[in-house]
Amino acid sequence: MSKARIDARFAALKAEGRAGFVAYVMAGDPDAATALAILKGLPGAGADLIELGFPFSDPMAEGPPIQRAAQRALAAGMTLSGVLELARAFRAGDAATPLILMGYMNLILHRGIETFAHDAAQVGVDGVIVVDCPPEEAAPLAKALDAADVALIRLASPTSDDERLKVVVKGTSGFVYYISVAGVTGVKEADAAAVAPAVERVRRASGLPVAVGFGIKTPERAAAIARVADAVVVGSALVDEVAAALEMNEDVSARVLLKAESLAKAVRAARIGQTTV
Amino acid sequence: MTSLARPNDYTAYPDAEGRFGDYGGRYVPETLMPLVHELDAAYRAAKADAGFQAELGGYLKHYVGRPSPLYLAERLTAHYGGAKVYFKREELNHTGAHKINNCMGQILLAMRMGKTRIIAETGAGQHGVATATVCARFGLPCVVYMGEVDVARQEPNVFRMNLLGAEVRPVTSGSATLKDAMNEALRDWVTNVEDTYYLIGSAAGPHPYPEMVRDFQAVIGQEARAQVLEMEGRLPDAVVACVGGGSNAIGLFHPFLNDEGVKLIGVEAAGEGMQGRHAAAINGGRPGVLHGNKTYLLQDGEGQITEAHSISAGLDYPGIGPEHSWLHDVGRAKYLTATDQEALAAFQLCAELEGIIPALESSHAIARLPEIVAEVGKDGVVVLNLSGRGDKDVATVAAALGRKI
Ligand SMILES: Cc1ncc(COP(=O)(O)O)c(C=O)c1O
Repeated sequence: MSKARIDARFAALKAEGRAGFVAYVMAGDPDAATALAILKGLPGAGADLIELGFPFSDPMAEGPPIQRAAQRALAAGMTLSGVLELARAFRAGDAATPLILMGYMNLILHRGIETFAHDAAQVGVDGVIVVDCPPEEAAPLAKALDAADVALIRLASPTSDDERLKVVVKGTSGFVYYISVAGVTGVKEADAAAVAPAVERVRRASGLPVAVGFGIKTPERAAAIARVADAVVVGSALVDEVAAALEMNEDVSARVLLKAESLAKAVRAARIGQTTV
Repeated sequence: MTSLARPNDYTAYPDAEGRFGDYGGRYVPETLMPLVHELDAAYRAAKADAGFQAELGGYLKHYVGRPSPLYLAERLTAHYGGAKVYFKREELNHTGAHKINNCMGQILLAMRMGKTRIIAETGAGQHGVATATVCARFGLPCVVYMGEVDVARQEPNVFRMNLLGAEVRPVTSGSATLKDAMNEALRDWVTNVEDTYYLIGSAAGPHPYPEMVRDFQAVIGQEARAQVLEMEGRLPDAVVACVGGGSNAIGLFHPFLNDEGVKLIGVEAAGEGMQGRHAAAINGGRPGVLHGNKTYLLQDGEGQITEAHSISAGLDYPGIGPEHSWLHDVGRAKYLTATDQEALAAFQLCAELEGIIPALESSHAIARLPEIVAEVGKDGVVVLNLSGRGDKDVATVAAALGRKI
């Protein structure tokens, strides 16, 4: 089912003539129960795909918002097993929304690559993004995930030239994640004018839909990217809502879902009145 | 794990993918991969270029002060009553440690690559000082990431870096020590991909760093091998070094790797003791992936990286360079440990008997000498890498001994 769920969702988006909204949230942030409430609410708030971060002590590609989210989740006791349990609980109530796990290699190695791939498939995970596992190191993981019918989602970035793109997209499935800025998550702002030709290059090289993330924080920016990409990923701006809600003593899931809704609306409206790309 | 097949030529590693057996590799975000490949190509060209090597050799001689002496520590030898103990005097280098060997090599490479901004991580501040030094010498701007905790406990080195014109950025994320400084330096690199060169301070990180740093530090072992042959007419029975990330140790070991009669002994920091908080990645950790390479790491039951502890800030790191992990697994090198208390005692002993105040890092290696010289025996020869001088540590030692200074 897994890879098929991603393909079906992108096919539906294409038929609707709009970009997808991908919501990134950190598993277990600020605690397991609240994170599950957020997960369950995201499709209703307009998320077309969900990226579920699994917290690591040393997230080298994250900026402060997601670093802090990981620390909150770890402090509340989240583990990789706990993340898989969250995925299972989410999947029990939603058969259609693709769920992508995103995190770092060490936790996967620690669990065992084959065990991880098997467990992820079991609980209804459709794809995996491993930030610190470039194609050069990915062979064992790619093989195990492939056997479990889980997509290993590849990343491309502004530093990927055409030669590099060939390496990046080789044997990939699902979609390609285009990192819109050279940098960590949640700091620099993505520029839609620069992103458009890059998305086109990645599409051509991969033959897959392209989701764009890193540096998209506002509905305006999300809409601009939605005009040129197949999907728009927002992470830091959502986890920042967790932080803000905690600080203001507000209902965390309500606040996060409200933000997700405003972003989803902007993404959905972005191409209205525009000829489809 | 000595069941692994031993290779015929230990110096043939890493392979083209940067692997020492299963260790090493390039576990970095995609954005950095083209940069890591670019660095690899540039390093390979420089390595093969006689002009580059000659330029580096010139600076090592006239600026760093190489070769460093090999010195017979007579009173320590007599004190232990076993094998002859020689010190490889890396503490006599400019800036007081072996770190500058690597910094000089990398800064010349950075300039060759046309990079105009240098970043580095530091724990004790020794690598930061060495990096700031070469940046001052060649007129390049320098940013050093340092954990907030280390900034507080290594105040003089922070000031030294500032005097040399470097900006020291305190790191507050995670545990605010060396591993977090390295995370932050990687984040800077991924953000400033055009102009910035990341000057890593130990034989760790993504390929080609472990190989490159080893090659730049191998001058230690090359000199020591020639010096001991001249002074003793034979190879030593054992060579010994402390291990943080592993650069001074691999620099000493590497030219001896194929001399199978020479025991290679690394000493990790056991901190409060192996049952308590420590920094011994091989003796107390498991293989995993951090900071771009697969290697032995301190981690908890879930695979989260745990904080290291050592009285010596330069050994206070939860990982170790990948070549050491491999040398351990294949059984070519042996990794022992020394506690904070043992290092403190060795620090004082060396000062009193030899008139040399060693770095706390190097004191860990000295602390294991009694067992090593006994094992090698009275006719034996041991070479110990005195990786740095201990002036930077006098405040820490005074505090540990309950003395107000
Ligand atoms: C004097 C000295 N020795 C040893 C080390 C440990 O580093 P490595 O294991 O890379 O030699 C340091 C690190 O700061 C140091 O300053």
